[in-house]
Amino acid sequence: MPTFNAKVFVTLKPSILDPQGRTVERALSHLDHANVAGVRVGKYIELTLSGERAEVEAQLADIVENVLSNPVMENARWELEEAREVAGA
Amino acid sequence: MKTAVIQFPGSNCDADALHAARLTLDPDAQFVWHTEAGLPEGTELVFLPGGFSYGDHLRSGAIAARSPIMAAVKEHAERGGFVLGVCNGFQVLTESGLLPGALSRNRDLHFHCAPVHLRVENHQTAFTGAYEANQVLEIPIAHGEGNYYADPETIARLEAEGRVVFRYMDNPNGSLNDIAGIINEDGNVLGMMPHPERAVELLLGSEDGLGMFESLKVGVVK
Repeated sequence: MPTFNAKVFVTLKPSILDPQGRTVERALSHLDHANVAGVRVGKYIELTLSGERAEVEAQLADIVENVLSNPVMENARWELEEAREVAGA
Repeated sequence: MKTAVIQFPGSNCDADALHAARLTLDPDAQFVWHTEAGLPEGTELVFLPGGFSYGDHLRSGAIAARSPIMAAVKEHAERGGFVLGVCNGFQVLTESGLLPGALSRNRDLHFHCAPVHLRVENHQTAFTGAYEANQVLEIPIAHGEGNYYADPETIARLEAEGRVVFRYMDNPNGSLNDIAGIINEDGNVLGMMPHPERAVELLLGSEDGLGMFESLKVGVVK
């Protein structure tokens, strides 16, 4: 059964205040990076899933939309790639 | 009023909730562990207490909202049973879809722990019938993620339907429209960030939370 590595990126919607992003942006400005703008802080989540690709994709979409992100305030996207066989494993 | 206080790993206002419930509503109020499949027979009020369920990992209230007991809490709510979610309990209610919107990090990133003043915006609910219209209450808050957000249509609807039950006089967290507590469409599920269970005895600094429990005991909507 193939194994897949998933990378999930969760960010606050543009309309939601991101106090962490704003704090980092301000800190960068104080560190003489005054040209940096639009800092947003989000989450990065890794998962490993096993199964056939179509089923794994559907399952991952469900997990991302219904558990890992809250669609009221967050946007989420994911990447999925088949894990390479590890020699001797 | 037979009361069940749900305990999640990381609940830390569960004992306060049980104490307030036993003092005001039900001397036999009891804890229910989150892995239980059902509520005790005859439960009338489910109290989702404050705290940091699952350490606020992923999002505050997110994992608790998907725990086994929450299916029973949803069924209870659908049957018209009362549900009160305070602080983390409010976060669990939004995460479980029993109340609209979401609670995000406080605007200033600080954890706020202080008595605040709230205005009773709707005293015609089963939770607030013992209060006067526009009564101002002093009730403590203790949260880092109490910044209430919902899309503009939802906010407009909550306002139009009188579902904003409590509003901050001096908004501590950035909540839209100074919202401190809301109720569901059927009027039996209420979520709020301030802690009424910590304001039921003068020893605690305020008795202003008593009205909520007295309202529930009478259970009559004005």
